[in-house]
Amino acid sequence: MKLVFEKSVPGRRAVRIAPTNVPKINIRSDLLRQKPANLPELSELDVVRHFTELSRRNFGVDNNFYPLGSCTMKYNPKVAEHIASYPGFADLHPLLPQLRMGGMLTQGALRVLHEIDLLLREITGMAEFTMQPLAGAHGELTGMMIMAAYHREQGNKKTTILIPDSAHGTNPASAAIAGYSVVSIPSNDSGVMDIEAVRQHLNDDVAGLMLTCPNTLGIFNPHVKDICDLIHSVDGLTYYDGANLNAIVGKARPGDFGFDIVHLNLHKTFATPHGGGGPGAGPVGVKKKLVPFLPVSVVIKRNDGTYALQYDRPKSIGYIAPFYGNFGVVLKAYVYILMLGKEGLCRVAENAVLNANYVKERLKGHYRLAFDRLCKHECVFTISERMAQNGIHAVDIAKALIDKGFHPPTVYFPTIVKDAMMIEPTETESKETLDSFIDAMIEIAEQAENEPEKLKTTPTTAVVCRPNETIAAKNLNIAYL
Amino acid sequence: MPFISNTPQQQEQMLAEIGLTMDELFDDVPRELMAEAFDLPRGLSEQETRNRLMELAEKNATHLTCFLGGGFYDHFIPAAVHSIVSRSEFYTAYTPYQPELSQGVLQATYEYQSMICRLTEMEVANASLYDGGTALYEAMMMALRITDRNKVIVDDSVNPIYRVMIHSYTQNLKIELEQTHCEDGLTNRDQILQIIDDKTAAVIVQNPNFFGCIDEFSDIAEAAHDKGSLLIVSSYPVSLGILKTPAAMGADIVTGEGQSLGIPMSFGGPYLGFMASAKQYVRKMPGRIAGETLDMSGQKAYVLTLQTREQHIRRDKATSNICSNEALCALTALVYLSLLGTQGLRETAQLCADKAKYAYKRLTAIPGVEPHFRGKWFFNEFVLDLPYEAADVIARLIEKRFAAGFPLGRYYDGMENSILISVTEKRTKQEIGMLAEALESVL
Repeated sequence: MKLVFEKSVPGRRAVRIAPTNVPKINIRSDLLRQKPANLPELSELDVVRHFTELSRRNFGVDNNFYPLGSCTMKYNPKVAEHIASYPGFADLHPLLPQLRMGGMLTQGALRVLHEIDLLLREITGMAEFTMQPLAGAHGELTGMMIMAAYHREQGNKKTTILIPDSAHGTNPASAAIAGYSVVSIPSNDSGVMDIEAVRQHLNDDVAGLMLTCPNTLGIFNPHVKDICDLIHSVDGLTYYDGANLNAIVGKARPGDFGFDIVHLNLHKTFATPHGGGGPGAGPVGVKKKLVPFLPVSVVIKRNDGTYALQYDRPKSIGYIAPFYGNFGVVLKAYVYILMLGKEGLCRVAENAVLNANYVKERLKGHYRLAFDRLCKHECVFTISERMAQNGIHAVDIAKALIDKGFHPPTVYFPTIVKDAMMIEPTETESKETLDSFIDAMIEIAEQAENEPEKLKTTPTTAVVCRPNETIAAKNLNIAYL
Repeated sequence: MPFISNTPQQQEQMLAEIGLTMDELFDDVPRELMAEAFDLPRGLSEQETRNRLMELAEKNATHLTCFLGGGFYDHFIPAAVHSIVSRSEFYTAYTPYQPELSQGVLQATYEYQSMICRLTEMEVANASLYDGGTALYEAMMMALRITDRNKVIVDDSVNPIYRVMIHSYTQNLKIELEQTHCEDGLTNRDQILQIIDDKTAAVIVQNPNFFGCIDEFSDIAEAAHDKGSLLIVSSYPVSLGILKTPAAMGADIVTGEGQSLGIPMSFGGPYLGFMASAKQYVRKMPGRIAGETLDMSGQKAYVLTLQTREQHIRRDKATSNICSNEALCALTALVYLSLLGTQGLRETAQLCADKAKYAYKRLTAIPGVEPHFRGKWFFNEFVLDLPYEAADVIARLIEKRFAAGFPLGRYYDGMENSILISVTEKRTKQEIGMLAEALESVL
C-alpha cells in the first residue's frame, strides 16, 4: 500500500483556511524556513480513504478476541468515548484553573479528578492517589521517585530494588532511571518469587521491592504479605505493579497486602482504549506516610464543597507531568467505574479468572502448561515436546491463530518460560468466543504435531506474512524523506 | 451485568468444566487478604451516567474566548480528524506486537515519523513520547548517554512547566543543572557561552520561547558543538509552517508538544511528545520506532525496530523505561498534517503570526498597556505590561467572557504585571477587537 506522501498531487487541498482581514506581516527572513515543509497535498477524500484503508489493515478488540496476556484487552465502552468528547471536557484549557479564581471555571473537571481518587482509594486500599502519571511505566517511575524522596528524608542511604525475574521490563528500567540498581530475584518451582530468596537478598541497602501480583504467569503469590513485612523490616518500601489488578479487582486490595505504593493501568483494568499503543494513564496511590511526597498539583475538596488545586506540599517530588495527567483517559475510567458500581466491580475479577481458568482447563491436554495450577486472570502455555521436535515455536502457533481470525496471545513473555504463550481472555468475552478460540487452538495443536510444515508459512490471510525484523534493523529505514 | 457477556448459566457450565466453584477460583488468595466489602456506590445506567457527566461538563467554562496559550493552544481542528481516529480498528488495538495484524498502525507510525522529520528537517524521529515535557527530559537523558557527561544548561525562556518537570526527574541523579536567564526576551547566549565547558552534555533552548519571541540558535549550536555538547531545541510544531527549522539552526535533538496538531486541549492530556534527532544518535533514542522491511514473500511491510534499546529486552540497561507511546495522538497529528498539507500548514502558521501582530497593535494602543520586550519578532504569543497586577486584570476579563492570557508572575519574579497573550488562527478580527475593548474597560 502506498504511503500518504506517495499519493500527494501538487496543488491539491483538503482544508480551506478562513479568509482574514488583518494585515499580513513579514517576519525577518533569516528567522524563516528556507523550504516549505513538504507535507502531502491531498483532498479530504484522499485522506479519509488512505486512513480508512490503513484501519482495515489493523486489528482491535472490536474486530475479535484479543487475548494478549498482561495487556488486559477488554471491551472499551462506547459511552466513555462519547462523554470524553463533550466540549466541557475536550475544549478545556489546562491553564484555566491556574488563573486567579480560575478553579471555579473547571469545577466539573476537578470534581472528576477528586472523585476518581476517592474511588481508587477504596478499590485498592491506599490513602491517596495522583492522576498525573501518563502511563503505567510513568507511574512506576513516579513510584520510584516517591521511594527515593522518602529515603532521602529518612536519611537512608539505600541503593537497590528487588524485582522478580518474571517482572515486566519496565520495572527494572524504571528503578534504574530513578537512580537505583536492580537485584533480580528468581522465581521458584511454583512460579512465584520465593520468600527465602527475598530473605537471602535482604540487607540495609534494599530501598524497596517491586512486585506484580498476580504475576505475569497469572499466579498469586501466597506469601505476598510476608514478603512485604520482610521488606518493611529493613525500612524498605513495597511497590505494587497494578498491571494485573484485573485479576483481583473487587475481591482483594493491594493496600491490605502491605503495599506502600501502587500504580494502576487505567487502560487495562479500567477499560480505557489502548489506542494502538497509547495514550494510557498510570495513577499512583500511596499509604498515608507517603502522601506528602505525591506530585503537585493535588486536587482537594474545600469545606464549602468546591474543588481546588493545591500546590503547597513542601515534601512533594514536584511536577512529573505538565498538568493533571491524561485527563481524557482518567475521565473514561471514571465513567467505567461509575457504571460498574459496587456490584459490577466484583464480577470483573470473577469472570476474568473464570474465563482464564476455563481456557486453561480446556487447552491443557493440547499444550503444555508452564505451571499446572489454579491461575488468576491469565494462563501461560508452552509448546508440547512433540511440537518442539517438529521445530515448531510459539511464533508459529501465534501466526496460525491469525489465519483463524484471532489476535494471538503474548508470546515469548515472561522470558522465564521458553516459548511462552500468555493468554488473558478478560471478563468481557463470552463462552462462545472462548470456545471458538479453544477450537482453533486445538486444531493448530494437531497441525503442529502432525503437519508442522503447514504452520511455518502462516499467516496466509493477513496483508503481510512474517516481516523480517533483522532486515529492518540492519537497513534502517524509519522515515520517508 | 454491564460489560460482562457470560450469563449465570454459562458461568455454571464453565465452573463445572473447571470443577471448582466461583469462590474456589480465589482459593490461592489467603483468606485474610480477601476484602470483606467495598464502600462503593451502586452502578449507573448509561442514561444516568451521561446525565451526570453532562452536568459536570457544564460546570466547566466553555463560554470563554481563548487567548490562553503557554505551550497549549486552541487551534482549529477539521472534523475529518476526529472521524478518522475514532475508527475502532485504531483505537481498540494495542502496541503492534503482531505486525501482520498491525500494518495500519505501523505504517501510520512510519508516516508520522516521516512527517516529524519533514517538519523539523531532522533525519530520524521516534513513534512519540507522552508529552512535550517528558520528551524534553528524555532528550536530556539521551544527550547524557551520547556525551557521557553530566552537566546541562537550560535557559529560563524554556517553558517553566518543562523546567520544573526536569528538575523533579533529576532529583535523585548525579546531574548538574545550570539555568541561564533570558536577556530581553531572547535566550541568554552570553551567559551560555560563559558557562559551557567540556563537561556540558547539552544546552536546552526553545523556539518560539515561552514569551513567544522567535530566536535563532545557530551561534549557540556552534558554541555547543565546539565543546562537544549537543543542542536540544523544544519547538512548537505549527510554527514550523513558516519558521526556520531547528535542523537549519544546527540542533542535534528536537522535541516538542504536538497538541497543536489537531489534538483537543482536554484539560491537559492526552497530548503528544515528539522527538527527532540526527541519524547518528538513533540507537541512543528512547521510545518505539517503526521501520520499513520486507515480509517472507518480499513485499514491503512495517515493524517495530531497534527494539534492543528498549525495556522489554534490555530491562535496567534500556535507553528509557518507556513502554507505550501516544500512538493515537501521533495518528491524530499525522491525519491533521495530511489534511493541512504544505500550503495549509504554512497559511495556518502565517495567520497565527498575522493575527497575533494585529492583536499586539490593538492592545498596545490602549493607554497604560506597554510591550514588555521591544523590537522583538514574535510568532503567536507576546508579553504585555499592564498598569496593575496581571492576575487581577485577567480575573476581571473572565467576567467579560475572555480567557485573556496567562499571568507571568506565576513563574517569573518581577513580572507580576505582565500577561502572556496567545492568538491562534481560530481567533477572529472581531474577537480581537472585543478583547481590546474589554481590556480597556477594566483598566
